[in-house]
Amino acid sequence: MPLIKGGRFVDDPWRVVGDDEPVPDANHLVVSHARWLKERDALAALPVELGLRLPNTVHPSTLGADLDRLALIALNFPRFTDGRAYSQARLLRGRFGFRGEIRAEGDVLRDQLLFMKRCGIDAFSVGERAIAEGWLRAFRDFDVFYQPAEDGAISVLQRRLVARTRAPADFTVT
Amino acid sequence: MAQSGVHRLVTANRLRDGAPVYRADDGQWVTSIDAAALVPESEGDRLLEEAQSGPLPLPVVAPYLIEAVREEGKIEPVTLREQIRAAGPTI
Amino acid sequence: MYRYDDFDRRFIEERVEQYRDQVRRRLAGLLTEDEFKPLRLMNGLYLQLHAYMLRIAIPYGTLSSRQLRMLAHVARRYDRGFGHFTTRQNIQFHWIKLDETPDILADLASVEMHGIQTSGNSFRNTTTDPFAGAAADEIEDPRPFCELIRQWSTLHPEFSFLPRKFKIAVSGAPEDRAAVRVHDIGLYMRRDEAGEVGFEVMVGGGLGRTPILAETVSRFVPKRHILSYLEAILRIYNQYGRRDNLYKSRIKILVQSLGIERVRAEVEAEWAAMDRDQLTLSDEAIEAMARFFPPPDPNPAPADDEAFRHALANEPAFARWVEYNVAPHKVPGYAIVTVSLKEPGRTPGDITAEQMELVADLADQMGQGEIRVTHEQNLVLPQIRRVDLVTLWRTLVAAGLGTGNVGLASSIISCPGMDYCSLATARSIPVAQRLSLALAPREREIGDFKIKISGCINACGHHHVGHIGLLGLDKNGEEAYQITIGGSADENAALGAIVGPSVKSEEVVRAVDTLVDVYLGLRAEGETFPDTYRRVGMKPFKEALYAPH
Repeated sequence: MPLIKGGRFVDDPWRVVGDDEPVPDANHLVVSHARWLKERDALAALPVELGLRLPNTVHPSTLGADLDRLALIALNFPRFTDGRAYSQARLLRGRFGFRGEIRAEGDVLRDQLLFMKRCGIDAFSVGERAIAEGWLRAFRDFDVFYQPAEDGAISVLQRRLVARTRAPADFTVT
Repeated sequence: MAQSGVHRLVTANRLRDGAPVYRADDGQWVTSIDAAALVPESEGDRLLEEAQSGPLPLPVVAPYLIEAVREEGKIEPVTLREQIRAAGPTI
Repeated sequence: MYRYDDFDRRFIEERVEQYRDQVRRRLAGLLTEDEFKPLRLMNGLYLQLHAYMLRIAIPYGTLSSRQLRMLAHVARRYDRGFGHFTTRQNIQFHWIKLDETPDILADLASVEMHGIQTSGNSFRNTTTDPFAGAAADEIEDPRPFCELIRQWSTLHPEFSFLPRKFKIAVSGAPEDRAAVRVHDIGLYMRRDEAGEVGFEVMVGGGLGRTPILAETVSRFVPKRHILSYLEAILRIYNQYGRRDNLYKSRIKILVQSLGIERVRAEVEAEWAAMDRDQLTLSDEAIEAMARFFPPPDPNPAPADDEAFRHALANEPAFARWVEYNVAPHKVPGYAIVTVSLKEPGRTPGDITAEQMELVADLADQMGQGEIRVTHEQNLVLPQIRRVDLVTLWRTLVAAGLGTGNVGLASSIISCPGMDYCSLATARSIPVAQRLSLALAPREREIGDFKIKISGCINACGHHHVGHIGLLGLDKNGEEAYQITIGGSADENAALGAIVGPSVKSEEVVRAVDTLVDVYLGLRAEGETFPDTYRRVGMKPFKEALYAPH
């Protein structure tokens, strides 16, 4: 499936490993949350990059220090109308400071890409039509945002309204 | 609640303007319910399938079947809701 | 009132372009209806029985005359010459064409209006007291906070796909003119012991299938923390609200199932864990927003003049209009005028393009160019000099806008019902028309009386909180009406109780007359209908309604 990252279509180095599948010989392995819970220590000891697929019913806080070992967290949008993963993304990126790739999977459609990016998601697994229909343009639908989120964009609220306890230079501009 | 004499027709809303339209015999969508194709209950599903097929985008949104009777050359829907759709607001 | 700056304008232009492209893709077949529907709903566009319906946001019910004139233009150019004000202070147009909606939104954007989030599973219009800024009993004008909430909640990236819609209402006065307790979040402005103004935050109210009154999650949230506190509540709801059952997906169900103590614990824990810097409001920020809502000129105007006194003494219709449609303003010599859109026999809340333009002109001439919309589907001119009242009244009467029935039985609240709405199970407008004509002759004798009619269980007519509520049902293919009594939307909020089996359409007027007769026969001095109902209970009403005759 096509993968959008950094504003373009990229190759996907990540190999999804099924729950009952022996660990393959690859440098980037993604496992299910269930498998991670069962085999965490063994997986963590492998000399590879690790990722996990987090169900949208699991609070990111339960990952604890595992976040340090993970390079990818894949979040699920079972239907595009199910918005739980937006909160998961924000918590991972903001509160828990996760620096790895946060990827959106599932029913990922053009008109939600910018919302996802603002919540800290930086990779998007999309259908083939994304290429034909020019979905990359969606990231430019808006350059004005009212409220702060996790993408570092200076929001209108920040510009106008907020208690400045941080110096303006601390805000990064996308 | 099938009664003898109660038939089926297919209706939808026109995509561009939302107007209630009815599937006619020739496959066109018409605004006058009296020109709708009226079929026996047993043929309703077939009529609906035909209405839902065709090159995308369909000119209508969400076709569905309704019950109607023929009365003196006119077609009258069974439910008040569909009567209002066909004839306009009552106020 | 709030004025857009460059950011707001740029945002709304980007929104119009985004929507224009979405419509293009839909018409070209690049978007299915399933994919397009949530997108058009997020701009307020419904598909109804006869056409598309566009719901335009009127943030916290405040309009400028320029905006009202644009609504008249929309009515004329794109619709059938009229619009309909709703129970959430918005306006709806019933005869809209999809392929004209991008141009409509562009026209609206030119006067700082839009349909953003008037539908869809995200934040809806934050509503408030239509007398805000003018009422004598106000603790503080809630509108600066309504505007802050509006901005914070507009295209919020985390909360645009909630389990269900989310409605917030704010009251700045002890008398609740905003139906705060039947909202997902209800805010009452309060003073704490130190005299500081903040918010009592209530959560989990709502009408519809399962009417519930909101409960207090925090007795006092200081102003500077209100946005972060709301964000904490929404994050809990976004994660734990049910998504498996459409009818159990509002936050009211979550509050009922977890209990308010557990909800409070979750919200407070989330709030404590949040990085609140980004959402904490500085004093400067609050003052900057408050400057858009300056208090009225405090210099009193004359209480009356010869023309006023003469009309009051010699024209009963004027005296009546003053009694019911004119409320005291905080500044002596001024008044808050409710413009009635409830002429008996007409469609409640409807207004023609000509009437809109007239009200806009009157606002400019006499009312600082400002108009309000109430959740009871009337308009308000919030600051009129008392010595202008006679002229104002005569002009309104000539345009069919001067009925002196605000708060009385013929001033009925009604959703559009099955004449227009694809969700409806029965018609509501014809019932409202018949009832208003039947009750008008004795409505002064009846006194304060709110009849609210919904054409289906979704309760857009707010029937649960009517003194008498009517819910239109489909009973074996015929329209029938379930009657509830004793509801109230004010600070003594209460949900109406079902009287008994539903009545047929042709029996509704008789049924309501009977209930009114019981009330008139039993009421003590000064008792409103809810007062009497609370005192005597259901029995006398039920017996009278279902007595064989």
